[in-house]
Amino acid sequence: MNRIIKIILLDIIKNKIVLAYTFILAILSWSSFALEDNSAKGLLTILNVILFTVPLVSILFSTIYLYNSSEFIELLLSQPVKRLKIWLSLFTGLSSSMVFSFFVGAGIPLLINSPDNVGFMMIIVGCLISVIFVALAFLSSILTRDKAKGIGIAIMIWLYFALLFDGIVLFLLFQFADYPIENAMIGITALSPIDLARIQILLHLDVSAMMGYTGAIFKDFFGTTTGLIVSFLLLCLWAIIPFFISLKKFNRKDL
Amino acid sequence: MKIILLAYFLSLSVLCEARIILVGKNLPLKTIKAAIAQSTDGDTIIVSNGIYKEGRILINKKIVLIGKNFPVLDGQNKSEVLSVNADNVVVKGFKIINSGHAALEDPCGIRVYDKSNVIIENNILDNNFFGIYIQNSKNCIIKNNTVKAYGEEEQLIGNGIHCWKSENLQIIANKISGHRDGIYFEFVTNSVIWRNVSSGNVRYGLHFMFSNDDAYITNIFKNNGAGVAVMFTKNVKMFNNYFEENWGDSAYGLLLKEIADSYIFNNRFSRNTSGIYMEGTSRIKVEKNVFKSNGWGMKIQASCMDNEIVNNNYLKNTFDISTNGSLVLNTFNSNYWDKYEGYDLDKNGIGDVPYHPLSLFAVLTETNPSAMLLYRSFMITLLDKSEKVLPSITPDNFVDNTPLMKSLPL
Repeated sequence: MNRIIKIILLDIIKNKIVLAYTFILAILSWSSFALEDNSAKGLLTILNVILFTVPLVSILFSTIYLYNSSEFIELLLSQPVKRLKIWLSLFTGLSSSMVFSFFVGAGIPLLINSPDNVGFMMIIVGCLISVIFVALAFLSSILTRDKAKGIGIAIMIWLYFALLFDGIVLFLLFQFADYPIENAMIGITALSPIDLARIQILLHLDVSAMMGYTGAIFKDFFGTTTGLIVSFLLLCLWAIIPFFISLKKFNRKDL
Repeated sequence: MKIILLAYFLSLSVLCEARIILVGKNLPLKTIKAAIAQSTDGDTIIVSNGIYKEGRILINKKIVLIGKNFPVLDGQNKSEVLSVNADNVVVKGFKIINSGHAALEDPCGIRVYDKSNVIIENNILDNNFFGIYIQNSKNCIIKNNTVKAYGEEEQLIGNGIHCWKSENLQIIANKISGHRDGIYFEFVTNSVIWRNVSSGNVRYGLHFMFSNDDAYITNIFKNNGAGVAVMFTKNVKMFNNYFEENWGDSAYGLLLKEIADSYIFNNRFSRNTSGIYMEGTSRIKVEKNVFKSNGWGMKIQASCMDNEIVNNNYLKNTFDISTNGSLVLNTFNSNYWDKYEGYDLDKNGIGDVPYHPLSLFAVLTETNPSAMLLYRSFMITLLDKSEKVLPSITPDNFVDNTPLMKSLPL
């Protein structure tokens, strides 16, 4: 299995896109920290990167990579290698390279410019988001054999989580404004990894506002150790479940 | 004739002589009460170190009462400890502990009844129901006292320094913590509160009601249950104060309600849920303050009018400004907003594009607090951006026409 991961990692590095992604992340983060005398704007830039760029790049690159390596997968399948092994090494290779890019590009400037709770939380959450969207890419690429369709699904998934979901939540919030929906809202955030990630960072970034009435409800849940553990478990589930479904499909798939 | 004159002067000198009476455990006079009974106006009583459990000590003569090495006056949780019922009394250097707790009588550490020119200085008050209570008095000075209590619920504890219906008070350099309100002013006029530290009180750090023409200067109000409240008052000056870490839904750095003609200058509001909350205020000038890392820098309700917000720094706040209506009768000029994204082509330090400090999301959360859940989401950022360009939900006259490009050195 290690040898397959090695081959995949080498292939990804040869591809140079991941390196370019790392480089762009680094430029973005360093420049946004350097521009302002306070670290707030830099943190906001990286927050937007985590919520927007990281998911997009992770899901698109992984989906396309999977489609392009279909011949390589077929070749591997002709060897006495278990399907689980192949799929898992592909996942490990892709997600580790995405995590690595994020960590080098955005994590190191974060560690240097904001070595506190906010910084650490952002690094952890950013890495998790990378893995989650790689897993979602596996799901979208296994759903259809048609490349254009698969990439389309990937883009739809990204659009849904990055934009649509919040729109729906906003709509629900105002439709049910007369009801005590705060607790239900906490449940709804579990349905989107990006929202979970955002709220975890928010609790550290906007502490003062979060101490207000509604904020306090979120803080009482997400801010406690239990809430923290639950939301990280949920984030892990968001990575595990899509990958697991894709694995099941891959095992049965007639290539 | 000569003899008469001599006798006259002799008697005068006897009358005028201010005696010094010593009280102590090893001295002939063992209790303060006995010393007060012996004393006449103008005497000084010096109390040496020790614990004095004498119940309520009433000072009804114009005397100076000085403690040496902080003798302890213990109320034994039964009664008021020290009652001042004479003019020109000085109380200095005592440790006053354990007054009774009673809701009807409000027993205090030190209480001044309807008198003037009383000085209360360098005392330590610990675990009293009310700390220092000035009632219907004039020209009193309360200085360098440490007032501490351990209140947990606001109905079970009194105020640290409580002033009612008084004039010309000076509250200087006291440290108050753990009471209901740190400093409480009701119907107090022409007074000054200067260099106090009021922290960790159950309700307000400073509570002002119906108290005109006062000033509070260079105080620190930190981590109080609900911050500082100034209500139903006019002509108050608030200079150089620190309002910090007042966290909670109804906690405000500074709560202004029904205030007129006041001046808020050079204060620093940091890490509060709301820096300033204004309701029904008019003709207030808010100048050269720093609002940093608050949830809401300022909440200005639509009931406020003719307030001027000039030359302030807004840094790292979640929301700089929020309001509850569309009516804007206040002016914002020449403030520095760290969220400003305009440009300055003529390099005069003033942004060329007016700044709308009220974000769409601040309005949304005002009507629907749960929307806070979506803060900083990409969707909301988009909505906010388009609202900034073309205000539709937020009032378009809520605007700073001359936003500063660089923060003011405050």
